[in-house]
Amino acid sequence: MSIELPVFYFLAAITIGAALIVVLGRNIVHCAFSLVLAFFGVAGLYVLLDAEFLAAVQVLIYVGGITILLLFAIMLTSRASGPGVRILNEQLGLSALIAGGLFFLLIYALWKGIPALAIKVPTQANVPTIGRVLMTSYVLPFEVASVLLLAALVGALILARKEKD
Amino acid sequence: MITLSHYLALGAILFIIGMFGVLTRRNAIGILMSIELMLNAVNLNFVAFSRYLPPGALTGQVFAIFVITVAAAEAAVGLAIVLGLFRNFRTVNVDEINLMKW
Repeated sequence: MSIELPVFYFLAAITIGAALIVVLGRNIVHCAFSLVLAFFGVAGLYVLLDAEFLAAVQVLIYVGGITILLLFAIMLTSRASGPGVRILNEQLGLSALIAGGLFFLLIYALWKGIPALAIKVPTQANVPTIGRVLMTSYVLPFEVASVLLLAALVGALILARKEKD
Repeated sequence: MITLSHYLALGAILFIIGMFGVLTRRNAIGILMSIELMLNAVNLNFVAFSRYLPPGALTGQVFAIFVITVAAAEAAVGLAIVLGLFRNFRTVNVDEINLMKW
């Protein structure tokens, strides 16, 4: 029980640091690899939350799928960006103001509204329960998600295809 | 003892970092990465709520799975759009793509 809190802070520090590099990094390839680190940190937090299936899905889809896709897009598009090129636009101050305001609003709502629950709800075995729930209660959203994936596949193919005429 | 508030605060910080990136990055791929960070923050909140709030029926985890599905679809379509933009404009900086701005 006592080991959980240091592990949580360790994973949180990794995730936040990697996220900061993603947002503020100068080299876009470094940003992509830092994003992998952030995804791994979130996957570790899922394990800490007893969501093993979701941790595996996180690693498979985000690290294995989306990051590879991002790296391909980076290699296909990016020019060599010199050291003097701006990576942030001119809305920096306004964006920092909005982000800070929303942060304080969220923390205020958290502090006022939600009790610091520390007792975890007893759960069943993770993977069988998720499989059963997905195939019974949530079978309609499941099918809709499959249709959405098919539409996204076709749409991405059409958009990325080179037009010959 | 880790409480629910720990996870919610972490989710808030992650969401804010992602939102700052979306608002300020010039590179379109950087914006997509920041959106992925925001979706991860939301997923973290879903899973934490499903762990700490009764009934522990894994509803939050199922919802997080759907969010991951939509995120994958969004990344694929978004990157295809970025490729199309680069083919037409030879740049992926969103503040230089202002053809439809008045």
